[in-house]
Amino acid sequence: MLKVENLRKYFGGIKAVDNVSFEVRENSITALIGPNGSGKTTLFNLISGVIEKDSGKIILDKKNITNCSVNKISNIGVSRIFQKSRLFSNLSVRENLLIAIDNEDLKFWKNFLNKNKITREKESKVKKMLKLVEMSEFENKKASELSYGQKRLIELGRAILNPHKILLLDEPVAGVTPRLRNEISKLLTKMREEGETILLIEHDMNFALNLADNVIVMDEGKIIASGKPEKIKNNKKVLNAYLGE
Amino acid sequence: MIIEYFIHLFILIGIYLILALSLQLSVGFTGLLNLGHVAFFAIGAYTAALLTLNGVPFLIAFLAAGIIAMIFGFILVIPTNKLKGDYLALATLGFSFVVYAVTLNYTSLTRGPLGLPGIPKPSILGVTFSSNLSFLILTIIIAGITYFIIKRITESQFGKVFEAIRDDELVAKTLGKNTFKMKGYSLGISAFFAGIAGSLYASYITFIDPSSFTIMQLIPILCIVIIGGLASLKGTLVATIILVLLPEPLRFIGFPSSIIGPMRQIIYALILLLILIYKPKGFYGKVELT
Repeated sequence: MLKVENLRKYFGGIKAVDNVSFEVRENSITALIGPNGSGKTTLFNLISGVIEKDSGKIILDKKNITNCSVNKISNIGVSRIFQKSRLFSNLSVRENLLIAIDNEDLKFWKNFLNKNKITREKESKVKKMLKLVEMSEFENKKASELSYGQKRLIELGRAILNPHKILLLDEPVAGVTPRLRNEISKLLTKMREEGETILLIEHDMNFALNLADNVIVMDEGKIIASGKPEKIKNNKKVLNAYLGE
Repeated sequence: MIIEYFIHLFILIGIYLILALSLQLSVGFTGLLNLGHVAFFAIGAYTAALLTLNGVPFLIAFLAAGIIAMIFGFILVIPTNKLKGDYLALATLGFSFVVYAVTLNYTSLTRGPLGLPGIPKPSILGVTFSSNLSFLILTIIIAGITYFIIKRITESQFGKVFEAIRDDELVAKTLGKNTFKMKGYSLGISAFFAGIAGSLYASYITFIDPSSFTIMQLIPILCIVIIGGLASLKGTLVATIILVLLPEPLRFIGFPSSIIGPMRQIIYALILLLILIYKPKGFYGKVELT
């Protein structure tokens, strides 16, 4: 589904992403783990087009997306959430979700002539998503009035509603309560069963290893190990880099 | 006499309302700190003045004023696309200085500091709006249409994309929105209405010169937008009426005219300061000024 080949990004002398290659299989959860500053978020930013690569190639579903703009990459099929909550703070929860569903809202005349009505189908997608993340009663609340955990859930819902082939989730459970962490874990497992492909950055090694089908471990911009969670758990290199053991 | 005076004030309210509503679209709704608005006003005024002075019917000149200003609005997005906040404000301010310099120095077209006198009063389908009362009716109609159009845009899903860009442009991009195009729409539509306001102003005063389009003319419009409240059309309407009428009593106190001008600026500055301290969202604002 997603293929990254020899991807490289240096910031001055810092090798943020150094000759990284990997593949994410369709219908799977791949966890990207590693210590702080190992290049995980930079890799996400490169895949989603937020920053430009120095060299390398990114292929999504046989399409080369390496030099595409952020919005084009999104329209080809990459949907992501950021490390920190980034909802549209002055829009309501409902508006935050509606905006992700399609790009009909970019057509001036269609909207001006009131022909882009919120259809029952869109309405039901929003309601379903709110039910899925157990946030139905907050539909008309302004996004800035939500708690951090609630914001993360809506952000996750928005990324899921954004038409996509792969979901990039940057620490979706960081800073949320253990109960919410379990909820998100269940939700992601359910999504994989329904055919989603997910690439996930996670600091909590146990969370990542329990959830993922495959694990990629990064350190100092390089991939130091990859494979099944059981294999990664006992990898000495990983333990050394990640836990300092 | 007093009625004529009030008619004049309400015409000014109408023209300021069109300018403030259109600035609200780019500043309040899309988050583009656009200080080039007065340049679009100037482009509209000069376009309409030059066309009507050369015998072009008012209605065509009026629409051309909006369209030419709109084209400049679209063009301005190209060099400023990656700029945000203060940097965008500076770049757009630079644009207004360029337009001012052109109106001042391109004398073969604009007559420079001598200005363009004798701009005809509007005439549409044989009806000439030569009296101030008829001009007021025309202004109210155009301001009303402007209010309706901008309300319609901002309440649609299209308008929600503007607000998304204001709140977080990068996230809007990651949801597949072409923010370059949308910012072009925002500045273009905003410039269109500033252009038609310029056309109305030129045909009302019947004389324009570069001094009518300096940064000093932008300050009251920007004050209206902030005091009325960002992303609020109702607030813009209320603030326009208050800010145009508030300095008027100064005329009756007996101050010399050389003091009335600076006093107006002081009043605007004071209100702005008090609003920012005690009501940072303005009268009806949805968004805090950051």
